[in-house]
Amino acid sequence: MRHIISILIENESGALSRVAGLFSARGYNIESLTVAPTEDPSLSRMTILTSGSDDVLEQITKQLNKLVDVVKVVDLSEAAHVERELMLIKVRATGKDREEMKRMADIFRGRIIDVTESTYVIELTGASSKLDSFIAALDAGLILETVRTGVCGIGRGDRILKV
Amino acid sequence: MISGAEIVIRCLQEEKVDCVFGYPGGSVLHIYDALFKQDQVKHILVRHEQAAVHAADAYSRSSQRVGVALVTSGPGVTNTVTGIATAYMDSIPMVVLTGQVPTQYIGQDAFQECDTVGITRPCVKHNFLVKDVKDLALTIKKAFHIAATGRPGPVVVDIPKDITAQMCEFDYPKSIQMRSYNPVVKGHLGQIKKAVQILQEAKRPIIYAGGGVILSDAAEKLTELARKLNFPVTNTLMGLGGYPATDAQSVGMLGMHGTFEANNAMHYADVILAVGARFDDRVIGNPEHFSSEKRRVIHIDIDPSSISKRVKVDVPIVGNVLDVIDEMLKLLDGGFTTDPEVADWWKQIDEWRGRKSLAYRQSDHIMPQFVVEKLYEVTGGDAFITSDVGQHQMFAAQYYKFDKPRRWINSGGLGTMGVGLPYGMGVLMANPGAQVACVTGEGSIQMCIQEMSTCKQYGLPIKIINLNNGMLGMVRQWQEMFYSKRYSQSYVTSLPDFVKLAEAYGHVGMRIEKPEDVEPALRKAFTEHKDDLVFMDFIIDPGANVFPMVAAGKGLTEMILAEEL
Repeated sequence: MRHIISILIENESGALSRVAGLFSARGYNIESLTVAPTEDPSLSRMTILTSGSDDVLEQITKQLNKLVDVVKVVDLSEAAHVERELMLIKVRATGKDREEMKRMADIFRGRIIDVTESTYVIELTGASSKLDSFIAALDAGLILETVRTGVCGIGRGDRILKV
Repeated sequence: MISGAEIVIRCLQEEKVDCVFGYPGGSVLHIYDALFKQDQVKHILVRHEQAAVHAADAYSRSSQRVGVALVTSGPGVTNTVTGIATAYMDSIPMVVLTGQVPTQYIGQDAFQECDTVGITRPCVKHNFLVKDVKDLALTIKKAFHIAATGRPGPVVVDIPKDITAQMCEFDYPKSIQMRSYNPVVKGHLGQIKKAVQILQEAKRPIIYAGGGVILSDAAEKLTELARKLNFPVTNTLMGLGGYPATDAQSVGMLGMHGTFEANNAMHYADVILAVGARFDDRVIGNPEHFSSEKRRVIHIDIDPSSISKRVKVDVPIVGNVLDVIDEMLKLLDGGFTTDPEVADWWKQIDEWRGRKSLAYRQSDHIMPQFVVEKLYEVTGGDAFITSDVGQHQMFAAQYYKFDKPRRWINSGGLGTMGVGLPYGMGVLMANPGAQVACVTGEGSIQMCIQEMSTCKQYGLPIKIINLNNGMLGMVRQWQEMFYSKRYSQSYVTSLPDFVKLAEAYGHVGMRIEKPEDVEPALRKAFTEHKDDLVFMDFIIDPGANVFPMVAAGKGLTEMILAEEL
């Protein structure tokens, strides 16, 4: 099962390696990981996309909580939440493909944020599956480069992760 | 204003640290200079940094205080890693202060530089790199706080040399609050009530007590609880002494080398009360086999991640063992009736006891079990026993009946050979004048044998019980049983003459080769040579094996037993 774990962690040097080290030492998966300071600069918020059985997920949350720098841990996917991922994708945009690329970007509500005679950089935000679909919809030969941020997510409504 | 180095020492004084185990070097010279100028904190100069950490670890294990080690950067640190990992696996509170190259050199591959925080991260409860002298005192305060609270563990504080030279006001915080670290102490009352209800219904109960009982100083409370319930008690290797081994309700140690009665009682119990134990692979054997019996499990542990990790638990109780048992006892005051069927369970247990699974064959040679039995008699069962890892460790655990907590000092989780002698040093520093025996083998003892020199310097009269079979006994036992007697690299040849070696270090050496000489030699060592380190080289039967044994991958009841005598 796919799970999104959100972590509030002291914004100390080495905090990231404590989390990453825990996952590798205990054989847990990290499919994506994003981290940045929160509105309170002494705290970072980390979002980890992982997968595993319920037992494994129980251990992951418990082990994360055990890290001294970790303030709070939540499995976002346990309840209503929204998730987003940002992708920047550089595509070949020449001849008839130039117009096609523009149309595709529009259909997926992407934005073209860099233009040269032969390339576009398209910015696309959404659930990871939407980004996957966009890549699948393009002619693979036209994709020059992709970069994705990994998933970040937030609980809906009153579900708040804060100190 | 005082220097960073003086701050370090003042912090140790504030923490009432009476001794540190260490080894000087370039990065800690300022700290050693500050140490020189005072006499409140004693320093024990070891011969290898690994031993400093083991000794600090045993200082903790044998007392209720936090052991401290002090080493220099680079190789000083890398030498401590085995000791830190050993303490981490057994949840031992310890603070390791390490020197680091000056701040401006960090990351430049400076002389004796290593990434201390990176190298130790996977085997510490927490670690710190001090980047500002203003944070130094607070960081050390945090280190002691984190090491000793919650599930205890080692904490490393890495201190760059320039920080120890800088001047700063000293202000040691009295208490500390950390928003990210608030371990649970009190158990959930609802859960405790539920547990008591289940205990009432139990027909085939067992109390399974681990190292957590010792760490939380709950041995007395546990005994009170067990007596009230009239349930059998089994201890893990780490839990020995947490319940008196000579008590009628004790069924002995369980696990890979547990007694027949303990392993059967654990397996066939309908209710298990697990107290500060973690169902590890050496305890329950094959987890599928273990879960083949239907039963209810109550698990008390301060670390939530220990609960339902390997065995699904029905009633988890997160909290300090001492506090939770105390709550249980209060609830039991309201009246408790043990199920009448428990009497039948005791009959069944007595039947298992009848198998006498710890009986061993006699021989013309000295049997190692016999040495431990005699050691028990000669020391009145009241010595601190340290051990290394292997057959001798199991013999010590099986045949020395520990009635008190913190008397059995060994590396359970990591299984570190070489800890025994430095453990003896730590025990003696925490318990001056105590009887300390290190039950070891000729393999393990050679891993930290240089510490005989430290023992000479500080007059530490450890009795080294070397069960010498000229083989790495436990390896040999496995090879005999599972590798068709192909004894690959398990013979230890070219052994030193241990008697001469002991004498070379300035100690007393004895070589004991006949069974009838065992007891007189031990008596002599503990009376005439009470104040000497005595290296007792017992030449034992080379074929002695540890039984019962649950082979790797086998179920807890699928024991290999010694032939019936």
